[in-house]
Parts: sequence; C-alpha cells; structure tokens
Amino acid sequence: MLFAIAVFAPLLGALIAGLLGRAIGDRAAQAATILCMVLASICGVTAFIHLIYGGESAGVVSLGRWIEAGSFHVDWALRYDALSVSMVAMVTCVATLIHIYSVGYMSHDNAIWRFFSYLSLFTFAMLMLVTADNLLQLFFGWEGVGLASYLLIGFWYTKPSACAAAMKAFIVNRIGDLGFAVGIALVFFQFGSIEFSDIFAGIAAHQGAIYHVLGTDYRAYEVIGVLLFIGAMGKSAQLGLHVWLPDAMEGPTPVSALIHAATMVTAGVFLMARMSPLMDFAPGALQMVTFVGGSTAFFAATVACTQNDIKRVIAYSTCSQLGYMFVAAGVGAYQASIFHLLTHAFFKAMLFMGAGSVIHAMSDEQDMRKMGGIWKLIPATYAIMWIGNLAIAGVPPFAGYYSKDAILEAAWASGTTVGQYGFWACLIAAFLTAFYSWRLLIMTFHGAPRADHHTMEHVHESPKVMLLPLCVLAVGAIFAGMAFHEQLLGADWKAYWGAAIQIAPTNHILQAMEDVPTLVSLAPTLVGLAGIALAYWCYMIRPEIPARFTAQFALLYRFLLNKWYFDELYGVLFVRPTMALGRLLWTTDARVIDGMPNGIAQLTTSGSGQMVKLQTGSIANYAFTMLIGLVALVGVYLFVR
Amino acid sequence: MIADAAFYVFAAILIASAAMVVSARNPVHAVLFLILAFFNAAALFLLAGAEFLAMILVIVYVGAVAVLFLFVVMMLDIDFTKAREGFQRYAPIGAAVGAVLMIELFAVLGGWKIAPGALALRFAPMDAKMHNTAQLGSLIYTDYIFLFQMAGLVLLVAMIGAIVLTLRDRSSSPLGSRHQNIAAQVARRKEDTLVMMEVPTGGRTLATLYPKVPETVGADAHHDAHHDAHSHDTHGGH
Amino acid sequence: MMSVGLDQYLTVSALLLLLGIFGIFMNRKNVIVILMSVELILLAVNLNFVAFSAALSDLAGQVFTMFVLTVAAAEAAIGLAIVVIYFRNRGSIEVEDVTMMKG
Repeated sequence: MLFAIAVFAPLLGALIAGLLGRAIGDRAAQAATILCMVLASICGVTAFIHLIYGGESAGVVSLGRWIEAGSFHVDWALRYDALSVSMVAMVTCVATLIHIYSVGYMSHDNAIWRFFSYLSLFTFAMLMLVTADNLLQLFFGWEGVGLASYLLIGFWYTKPSACAAAMKAFIVNRIGDLGFAVGIALVFFQFGSIEFSDIFAGIAAHQGAIYHVLGTDYRAYEVIGVLLFIGAMGKSAQLGLHVWLPDAMEGPTPVSALIHAATMVTAGVFLMARMSPLMDFAPGALQMVTFVGGSTAFFAATVACTQNDIKRVIAYSTCSQLGYMFVAAGVGAYQASIFHLLTHAFFKAMLFMGAGSVIHAMSDEQDMRKMGGIWKLIPATYAIMWIGNLAIAGVPPFAGYYSKDAILEAAWASGTTVGQYGFWACLIAAFLTAFYSWRLLIMTFHGAPRADHHTMEHVHESPKVMLLPLCVLAVGAIFAGMAFHEQLLGADWKAYWGAAIQIAPTNHILQAMEDVPTLVSLAPTLVGLAGIALAYWCYMIRPEIPARFTAQFALLYRFLLNKWYFDELYGVLFVRPTMALGRLLWTTDARVIDGMPNGIAQLTTSGSGQMVKLQTGSIANYAFTMLIGLVALVGVYLFVR
Repeated sequence: MIADAAFYVFAAILIASAAMVVSARNPVHAVLFLILAFFNAAALFLLAGAEFLAMILVIVYVGAVAVLFLFVVMMLDIDFTKAREGFQRYAPIGAAVGAVLMIELFAVLGGWKIAPGALALRFAPMDAKMHNTAQLGSLIYTDYIFLFQMAGLVLLVAMIGAIVLTLRDRSSSPLGSRHQNIAAQVARRKEDTLVMMEVPTGGRTLATLYPKVPETVGADAHHDAHHDAHSHDTHGGH
Repeated sequence: MMSVGLDQYLTVSALLLLLGIFGIFMNRKNVIVILMSVELILLAVNLNFVAFSAALSDLAGQVFTMFVLTVAAAEAAIGLAIVVIYFRNRGSIEVEDVTMMKG
C-alpha cells in the first residue's frame, strides 16, 4: 500500500500542476507537487525500511489487468524487492530535494507550474520503471522518462538549441529503444511471458536455447543480453549512443541534476541489475558490457579535461561514472554497480546543483573561463563543491571511495582479459576524474576574477531554499558509502538483496573482491590524489602550463575538445544522408503524390475552361448545333440501317 | 382535277410565303406572311379531308397565335432599318448542312413504302358515314380524354406563365396602380366633397363665380393672395 | 402533273420543315423570326400527320395534330412573353445581342 502511494503520489502532483497549474497559480502548483513528493519519499523510505530492516517479505503489489491477447498477458503490478525499494527510496528522496531546489532556481521563470508538473511526471515514470514487474511496464517507464527528458531539456522551447538538443536526446534514445524492444520480443519468444517472475523461473530451462541471427547461431541468452544492453546504452549514454548527454545540458540545471545524473541515465544500469538472473548466464554479452563501459569511462574522462562549460564537465563526468557502473555489471558484480549508482546519485546531483548555484551567482554565466576568484564570496557553495568532488575522486571516507574501490577491485578480480581492460580503463579514468574535478574547482573559484566587474558585484550566495537540499545531499555523499557498503557488498549481501539480484553459480566475484592485492585496493585513492596534485600544480601554482600544453599538443587538444569528433562523424554518416533522404521523399510527396490529385483537379479545371467556350450564349449557335446533331443522327439511321 | 390544281396552287403559295416569313425585312410583313401561310395550310388540310383541323388552324393559329405575334411585334417597336445582314458568315456551312438535310429527306421520300400490315395497326379507323368533326369528337372525349384534359392543363400553365412573366406590379412604383377603393367611396361624407354656397339670384359678379372659401390654416399667405385676387377682380370685373 | 397523293403532301411538308430550320439559324434579324420559324416547323409536322391520316384512314393522326396545335399555341405564348420581358430588360432583341447565357 505504502509502496503504491510512493509510486503514484508524484503522478497526482504532476496532474494537479499540469492540468490546473494555469488556474491555481505557480505557488499552488509548487506546493502541490512538493507535498506529493514529500509524501512519496516518506512512503518510499518507509517501504525501504520495512523491507530491509522490518522483516517484511518481498512480493508483488498487483494493480490490475493491462493486456490479454492470446498467450500474451501483461498486468500492472509493482515489484516489491530490495532492488526496487532501494531505487524508490533514492529516487523519491533526490527528486524531492530537487523539487525544493527548483523553487529557488526557477523563481524567475514564467512557466513554473509546467516545470514542476514535468518534474513530477518524470519522477512518476522513473518510479514505474524501477518498480515494474514485467518488461513491458519497465518499457512504459523507460519511454516515460524519455518523454519527460525531452519535455524538460526543451523546457525553454523558444531557444532553438534547446529544441534541437531535446530532439537529439529523444532520437538517440530511440535507437537504443529499438534494441530494447526487439530484446523484449525475443524474451517473450523464448520464455512465453515477459513477467519477471516467469522469466526468472524459466532461466534454467532455456539455457541451451539457440537463436539464429544473420546466418550464425547464437545462444538466445547472449542475443537477449546484447539487445537489452543496446537499450541500456541509449538510455545511459554509453560510447556510441552518448552524443545526446552533453547537449542535454541545454535544460535547466535541476533537470540536469535529476535526470542526467541521478535517475534517468541510471536506468540502463538498473536494467542490467534487474535482469541479472539472465545476464549472468550470458558471458558474451557481459564482456560486451564491460568493454563498452570501460571505453566510455575512459573516453568521457578525456573529453571532460578540455571542456570549458561547467555543466558539460559534469555531464561528461556522469558519462564516465556510468561507464564504471557498467564495468561492474559486466564482471558480474551487480551489487557494486547498484551501490555506485546510489552513491553517485547523491554526489552527482549535489555537484550539478552546486554548479547551478554557481551559475545563479554568476548571473547565468556558464563558461569557466569567465569565472574565478569567488570562493570567499560564496563559501557555502564552495564547501558543497569540495565535498562532491572529494566523493567523486574516491577519497576516503567519502561515499565515492567505497563504491569506486569496489568496482575496481571487482574488475581486477574478474580475471578475464576484458575485465583487465576495464580495470585499466577505469584506473586511468579515475586519475583523469580527479584531475578535471579539481580543474573545475580551481578555475571556477580560485585565481583572479576573470568575469567582468558588473557580474562580480552581483555574486551572492544562493537562497536557503537552494542550499538546504544541497546540505541534505552532502550528508548522503559523506556517509552513504560508510553506512551501506558492508550491507550491499559484504559477505552477507543476500540478507540485503534477497532474490532481487541473482547470480550464476560460477559467479564468485564478491568473494574474489576481498582477495585482491592491497595495491589494487589502494590504487584508486592513490591515482585520485595524484590527479588532485596535478590539477593543483597546473592551475594554481603554474597556470601557464595548460596553455603551453594545448599549444604543443594542439591536435590532441582539438581532438578532445571536439569530443573525439563523434558528432561530426555521426553527422556525415547518419544525419546528413537521412536529411537528404527525407528531403527527397518530401519532394516526391509534394510533387509526385500530391501532384496526382492536384494535377487531375487542374486538368478538370482547365478542361472545363476550354469546354465553357462552347457556351456562346447565342441561340442561333445552339439551334445550329441541334440541327447538325439532327442531321448526323438521321444520316446514321438512314445509311446504317 | 380541280382538286389537284388547287393543291398545287395552295402548296406553291404556302411555300412561297414560308420563304418570305424567314426572309422578310420588316417583321410585320413576316407575320403577315405567316398568316398567309397558315391560311394556305388550312386549305391543304381541307383538301386532305380534315376539315375540323383546318378550321381550328384558322381560328387558333391565325386568330390567336399570329395575332399575338403581331401584337408583340408592334409593341416592341423593333427598328427594322437597323437589322444587320449576317448571312455571309454562316452561309456556306449552313447551305452545306441544309443540302445534306434535303438529300436525306428526299432519300426518305423516294424510298419508303407502307408496310403490308399497317392498315391492321390503325388506332382509329375512319368512318365514312360520320363527318370528320363528329368522329374526332367521339375519339377525343372517350379514348383520349386524359390527354385532352392534360392539354387543357398545358394551356392553363402557359397562361399563368405568360402572366407571371410579364406582369408589372405597379403597387410598388411611385405612380401606383390605380385601384378603386370601394369602401372609401361608399364611406364618403357630404362634408368631404360638398360645399353649400349662397348664390344671389341674378347676381353674376366675379365674387359669386370665385367665392371666398372659408380658410382654416395658412391664414396669412392665403389672405394676401385673396386680397390681390380681389383687387384684380374688382378691376377687371364689371 | 401527277395526281396528288401522299408523296406530294410529304414533299410540301419536307420543304416547309427545311424552310423553318433555315429560318432558325440563318436569320440575323431578331428573335421573333426564330419563334415564327418554330411555328412553321410545327405546321410542317401537322401537315405530315394529316397527310398520313388521310392516306391510312386513321384518325389518330388528326387527334395528334390537335394536341400539337395546343402545345404550339402554348409555346408561342410563353416564348413571346419571354421575348417581351427580355426586350424590357435589355432593350434589344437582335439575335447577336441575346448572349446572356454565355459561359
């Protein structure tokens, strides 16, 4: 019951704000949505406590029938287990904090009720996603968050760049969704049902099923795993389908914090964990997951080192951390990937909101080259950013340390080649993460002020309504790792997770993690501190080094600055041919297909224009014509007896 | 013999006057030639033994229709001097078509014959004893009664149509159509029309011929006018 | 001269018909001539009917002629009414001027 309230309260808030927002006004819309969100988070956390600590058993909350079509049955139902309830607790809490933050951040906007309605709608969709009891309901939530993402990225729809970014996000997600949908179909084909209970029950039975793809036989589980991962790649911005995430920064900062840090982009990781009973029996697919995840982590970290927009740095940072999560899932340590997901939600949302605070203080300036020297002016934000960066860099005892460490240990302990690749990619990425995080910190807050005198006068601390959520998140970022890592990853992880995450009998990764060499477990911290030191040296002590570096390695710098030219590559390969094809089809439609009825109408009109000339109005003409007709007819009669 | 000669005479005049109908310059002449044509056609009918029809032709066609034509021609006051001769443009093709038509007609004329069983298919065989009118009457009022009634209806509709088309409703024009208002006439009072006057016997002054009418309104203007009249009268009077 | 039989009557009728037809489209004077030509055509038809009635001793021809006469009279009346109205509105009944129905 509580669980259902937790899921549906945001929908109520969204409907009130969306349908009545114009009538009841901004204040009432904000109040309604925040009230519903608070209710949802209370219920969500209560449900979490009841399940994990209160001794309630996992189960399914059935809500009603949906589809009955032959052998295809789908019901609306909420899955009540450790994975769902952890996600629900996190999503509701973070979303509530962001709702409260938005009250301050969006106070100057002129469509506040619409914003809050979309935020609550998004929260509802995300909650549907994580509590789904079957793949179709999960897909419903999947599409719902995609929709909300589109609406929120393009919230300032009068800006053409925002509209383009929203479309890009939706379209790229769609490509992933295609793989996902085919995967769902394949699941149904194999298991005869798409409810998780049925799928997980049938895992053992269909181990040997073969699926024939493009002339080669593959194990069905491998194909399903790859397809589901393609969907996850789109949603979680992995290498190849990542191009939408940086552009999504066109949306307001609370949107970036909620959607592109804590919740939507983590849906892909969640999917991997949810399908863990199946994925764990698809080693080929898992290797692909690790490989893509590691490559993404490395790629995004390199690009983040060169970006100048504060939000874009954090966006690439998110992309990189998602790669970490997939590396963990790929080596079979789903618990570690979810753990990192949860801690990442806290400190990434905090970083984004802190960046929003900075932007707010700098009168909407987002370019770091125009900031600097403001740490004394906005000390609270400065402290928040420090905490967030310490967490992301993996400095103990902050949250990020535990989760990142777990992932790197798992990668090392996997023993496979691709696991080693993942390990080294993530290690280098960890070094670069620390580097660019402190680069961001120093460029934004330290040094001589590079903003103009007018902006510097306006620098002010954010209002309490914006700082309070940040403080709550800071508590999470500091203590969440310490508090939960033993429960989620320790030897007794089954007590926490129950049947939510199931692993193959050959998967001993969590035990193996404990036995890695000490150097390996210390490595992330060491490289993190090294990165901090390098950033400090390059930007505080010898600030001319970055300029010399970019001048000397201009090609490399440009390559990284332009995001490895992915956008240009896609433009040439896909966008331009598609636009050309679209234009061709449009021309065909306008000229050929429309031309046919138009041409016939034109023919009729011009034909009748010609025929009308027969009507001279002269009676003599008419009589003469009648006579000629008469003569002709009589002649025909006479001579063709 | 005489009947044949009469036939040829009448036929000749008929065709000649028909030709004149279509080619006369003066439309009144054309109508008159039409009348002549009708008369001759009536004569031909007589020669063929259809005397009732011949008389009907004279009474209806000549007496009504042709007279109607004449009325209209005269009413419309057509200026025949301005009539244009547009023969030339259509003459060649008209002549060609006419020639073809003539050929066709005479081809029919030349090559036709009555079918053997035609006499048996007659609708209403003639009776030699009764005269034509009586026979026609016995046919029309019995076998063809419905057609007869419908012909009457056709004429009724034509009459109504002609009136509807040409009626000019004068009640809306400023002159108005002059009706008699019987009720107003009957309700007329003596005071509205009669003025009793004292006429002295033997006195034939201008004052008696132009009596002073008691005025009711517009006193001043009338007063002056009458004063002038009086002064004039007394001057010119005696 | 041949003795007068059906053929002669039919010849006369045919000639009258021709004259009437010519009168319709060969005249350039006025519309009333057209109406008179129509009367001529109807007269030719009547003559035809009567001739056959006499030849076949069938009264149906004469009955039909009576009805044709009726209709001809009615049509002449209406036609002239239209001409009168047209003249009232347009002021001219020259054949070339009557082109209001021009499409």
